Amino acid sequence: MGKISNQQVVQSLTSKFRDKITIPTEPFGLLTFETSSDIINEVLRFLKEDKELKFNYLTDITGIHFPEQALSIGVIYHLHSLTNNVRVRIKVFLDGNAPKIPTATNLWNGANWMERETYDFFGIIFEGHPNLVRILNVDDMTVFPMRREHPLEDPNRVDKKDYFFGR
Amino acid sequence: MMNQPIFTDNDPQKETITLNLGPTHPATHGVFQNVLEMDGERIVSGVSTIGYIHRAFEKIAEHRPFYQITPLTDRLNYCSSPINNMGWHMTVEKLLGIEMPKRVDYLRVIVMELSRISDHLICNGILGVDTGAFSGFLYLMEEREHIYEIYEEICGARLTTNIGRIGGFERDFNDIAFAKIKNFLVKFPPILKEFEGLFNRNRIFIERTSGVAAVDAETALNYSWSGPILRATGVDYDVRINEPYSSYQDFDFEIPVGTAGDVYDRYIVRNEEMWQSLRIIEQALQKIEKEPKGIFHADVPEFYLPPKEDVYNNMEALIYHFKIVMGEIDTPKTEVYHAVEGGNGELGFYLVNDGGRSPYRLHFRRPSFINYQMYAPMSAGMLLSDAILNMSSLNVIAGELDA
Repeated sequence: MGKISNQQVVQSLTSKFRDKITIPTEPFGLLTFETSSDIINEVLRFLKEDKELKFNYLTDITGIHFPEQALSIGVIYHLHSLTNNVRVRIKVFLDGNAPKIPTATNLWNGANWMERETYDFFGIIFEGHPNLVRILNVDDMTVFPMRREHPLEDPNRVDKKDYFFGR
Repeated sequence: MMNQPIFTDNDPQKETITLNLGPTHPATHGVFQNVLEMDGERIVSGVSTIGYIHRAFEKIAEHRPFYQITPLTDRLNYCSSPINNMGWHMTVEKLLGIEMPKRVDYLRVIVMELSRISDHLICNGILGVDTGAFSGFLYLMEEREHIYEIYEEICGARLTTNIGRIGGFERDFNDIAFAKIKNFLVKFPPILKEFEGLFNRNRIFIERTSGVAAVDAETALNYSWSGPILRATGVDYDVRINEPYSSYQDFDFEIPVGTAGDVYDRYIVRNEEMWQSLRIIEQALQKIEKEPKGIFHADVPEFYLPPKEDVYNNMEALIYHFKIVMGEIDTPKTEVYHAVEGGNGELGFYLVNDGGRSPYRLHFRRPSFINYQMYAPMSAGMLLSDAILNMSSLNVIAGELDA
């Protein structure tokens, strides 16, 4: 559908960053790869400013938590090249105890609230963010509620355990 | 930017006034708080406080089976809940690899375009009210009522619709629904025309809106704007064209764009989109005539709840009913991003699935949330009355803002 294929995006990415990005996958046609937090800003800048790729539109930034993984907190970027009509998804996994990643507000002003939201729910510190404070939750909240260790309901409830349903 | 704390009001030399606009203010149409530093009528700086109706939908969604998340999406942009519902159904269908019959796609297109009209009606009607013209709003509200009656005929609900199911619709559109849609297509255009006659070349309206809160395309893209307000700046980005879903590629319609990106352009773009939506609905009705009758869901018994009378009388239906309700059916372990063109812009669903009955992680890319973050910075230097109009034309819906 897009004017450039995912292969072209992969090619220019690998020629620039070599083995610093993982081998990309394409779930439902959306190019997905991982990278590390020390080069994420360069990757984003390259994707945004490259003359052919032009991923100039930041669709979304969000977080995810996999408690079993060594690097348990993930940050997920969705970029969109409006001229080429191609999307790309970039993931960065961070240490769950002190998740830190450079901010993307130097590239897109729109990243400001997206990063604040991600911080609010996952406690990811976006270094260099102009105003990294809670946005949707109350200021005096002490936890980061979207992390998996915080249950939605009272954990003492006994009528909704999965094993009652054979799961 | 404008993020220094401006609550300190102790300085005796201070010449500006701190004004709390909201959280409940009649001119802001929803729960929005902006703490503004005012120099007379002019805004010096402002800080938006959001989250007043945050309901933790993303957290709740991690604990609900897929089909129980639809009512949560209703409450995002409650002015056009069917688009949210359909967007969610299509996300899950994409995940499960369900192909929809064409007729279902067209039925969905009708519902989505109707709700786009109702969304834009509210926005433009209220914009009129905020400029001091109440009558246009009253004309339009009656038409929104007719759209809600169509929803009522299709699904029984009006505002928070929970319309459709994963895999199709819960029931076919009945004859009254089709009659009401056709009636709407006849009755609505003259009223929209009359509304445009009241506003489009109205000198007071133009002077109140033209050149107010003008945004250029580059800034809008930098702030990740989407929807009518982005198109008003001249960027022709519409998800319906860029990544057609629900067979939008079969339809012939245009994407109106503005030039100045001001309040007036946003108004014009929204009005023009309503005309385009009417065109789409007309085409959809014609296309449905050519499709086999009575098909309103895909043939996916593992995911589409069988009708209740079958559950009680048919063994297979009972098994599937049980499996769906108890979440016994395996789903692919993958991730999917699906976007639809909501009333306010790109409404995205990012779903990470671990194979269970509920999402491992679900994130809503909410256009209102992303569009609204420019509001406080762009208000600096504006008159208070212009800032009110600006908020009105951004069409920020509190439910979608706070999720």
